[in-house]
Amino acid sequence: MSVHETDPALARHVPQRHVGRAVVAVVLVIALLWFVQGLAFNQALDWPTIFQYFFDFNVLAGLGRTLLITAVSIVVAVVLGALLATMRLSANPVLRALAWVYVWFFRSVPLLVLLVLTFNLSLLWPTIEIGIPFGGPTFVSMSTQDLINPLVAAIVTFSLQQAAYTSEVLRASIQSVPVGQREAAAALGMTGTRTMMRVVFPQAFRVALPPIANDTINLLKSTSLVAFIAVPDLMYSVQQIYSSNFRIIPLLIVATLWYMVVVSILSIGQYFVERKLRNSPVRAARIAATDDLDGLTAGGPLDAKKETAA
Amino acid sequence: MSAFLELTGITKKYGDTVVVDDVSIAIEKGETVCLLGPSGAGKSTVLRCINMLERIDNGRIVLDGEELGWRLHRGAMRELSGREEARQRQEIGMVFQSFNLFAHLTVLENVIEAPVGVLKRKKAEAIAEAHELLQQVGLDHKADAYPAQLSGGQQQRVAIARALAMHPKLMLFDEPTSALDPELVSDVLDAIKQLATTGITMVIVTHEIGFAREVSDRFVFMEAGRVVETGPSARLSVEAAENERTRGFLSKVL
Repeated sequence: MSVHETDPALARHVPQRHVGRAVVAVVLVIALLWFVQGLAFNQALDWPTIFQYFFDFNVLAGLGRTLLITAVSIVVAVVLGALLATMRLSANPVLRALAWVYVWFFRSVPLLVLLVLTFNLSLLWPTIEIGIPFGGPTFVSMSTQDLINPLVAAIVTFSLQQAAYTSEVLRASIQSVPVGQREAAAALGMTGTRTMMRVVFPQAFRVALPPIANDTINLLKSTSLVAFIAVPDLMYSVQQIYSSNFRIIPLLIVATLWYMVVVSILSIGQYFVERKLRNSPVRAARIAATDDLDGLTAGGPLDAKKETAA
Repeated sequence: MSAFLELTGITKKYGDTVVVDDVSIAIEKGETVCLLGPSGAGKSTVLRCINMLERIDNGRIVLDGEELGWRLHRGAMRELSGREEARQRQEIGMVFQSFNLFAHLTVLENVIEAPVGVLKRKKAEAIAEAHELLQQVGLDHKADAYPAQLSGGQQQRVAIARALAMHPKLMLFDEPTSALDPELVSDVLDAIKQLATTGITMVIVTHEIGFAREVSDRFVFMEAGRVVETGPSARLSVEAAENERTRGFLSKVL
């Protein structure tokens, strides 16, 4: 027996062996392989059919409509959401209340219910008119049925509902910009609107981007609900195909794969946007500000009138 | 003949709490005046009232013959619109305790933002002048840095350059060194001292009594929202101060 085996100061150090970890890992890998094998050799999966329909014209057209609804809705949601957020932060109590009611309503109603409701809006209001209210003359009158086809109903529904969520993201982002930034802008003689456009929004936008990217991914998948009102999106297109050829699983796999492809692309985009923002000096400044200056900022609260841009 | 900056009986309340109570201060053109006093004395609030960041409840503030923030109309003082207030603020530079540089803009962009956006000056001219101002505060080599990449003392000197770029008639400093690490204080104080020699009118809220004695012509000592004593800055010592409370304060901080 050498001195190296008896002297604790000189003996070799052996870390603890994690037997449990190794066992769990092996079991899970075996289970996964079993599942993949079961899937790959499952006749119902029918890979040839999946390949056949992956680039099918109707499937691609459906995918196009899915992307269209998502893209238009998120753009409208951001613009309308910015307006609602500004209203929520306004000094005017009526604007504040209206924005609150809007957000409350569209967050309360389930998306599917809202979708079907919008689609059937003509039952509630047969015509949509522009004119002087309370019995005044009417300038434009349109049949609701003509105006709201299924695609329009889908876009309107997703836009309006998403605007409610986006307005909350934007409101929090605007409030995250330190009040000192506005005071500094005011002290330089900038008007309220200029302060918002040049100082507050550019900083708030950086905070809002990651959650909005997240919402976009969520929205994309939610659009599959439009199958309920027969908008030929990706989901509805594969439904129509499998209802005639009964190859249900292969066609659902086609839809699944396409959703995964698009979400993956969006996720990669989100990753790069977030990485860029993480390294941004603005973020660093915010962290520095909360570390060093909390509680040191001078003066009392701003009067309510200074809080708002418009 | 009224003074260059004249505060007459200004009062500011938050709810029932009176933070500034009937304060009158007259400051001549080119003078540097320090506002001193314990925390909560209302010094910063007076400064913020001058710049209309706080709305006064009573009294008046007149700068170079122009009523700030209000207009007498049909027997009452009517508040000016945001646009009119913004125009009046163009002539008043302010430096904050927490610097408040625009975090998304570089040092140079911070300095030219208001001259170009508000005063509509030509961008090339504004940039040239910004470089000059940054040189004065010793930071032209940081023109392309972002605020977060600068030390507190450097940020504060950029903030001074940013305020000066508007060619203000009056400069307000709200505890400009209170948020700084001790070793960074002197750079900022030096920049302010240098400014005092240019003859611009300045009002400084500070806790640095030695600096106040050196840089300012007069001091105003406040306590509990009221002016307790005012006099030449040479009198800023425990022996020379006339009011007992001023002496008590000075004996604690000196």
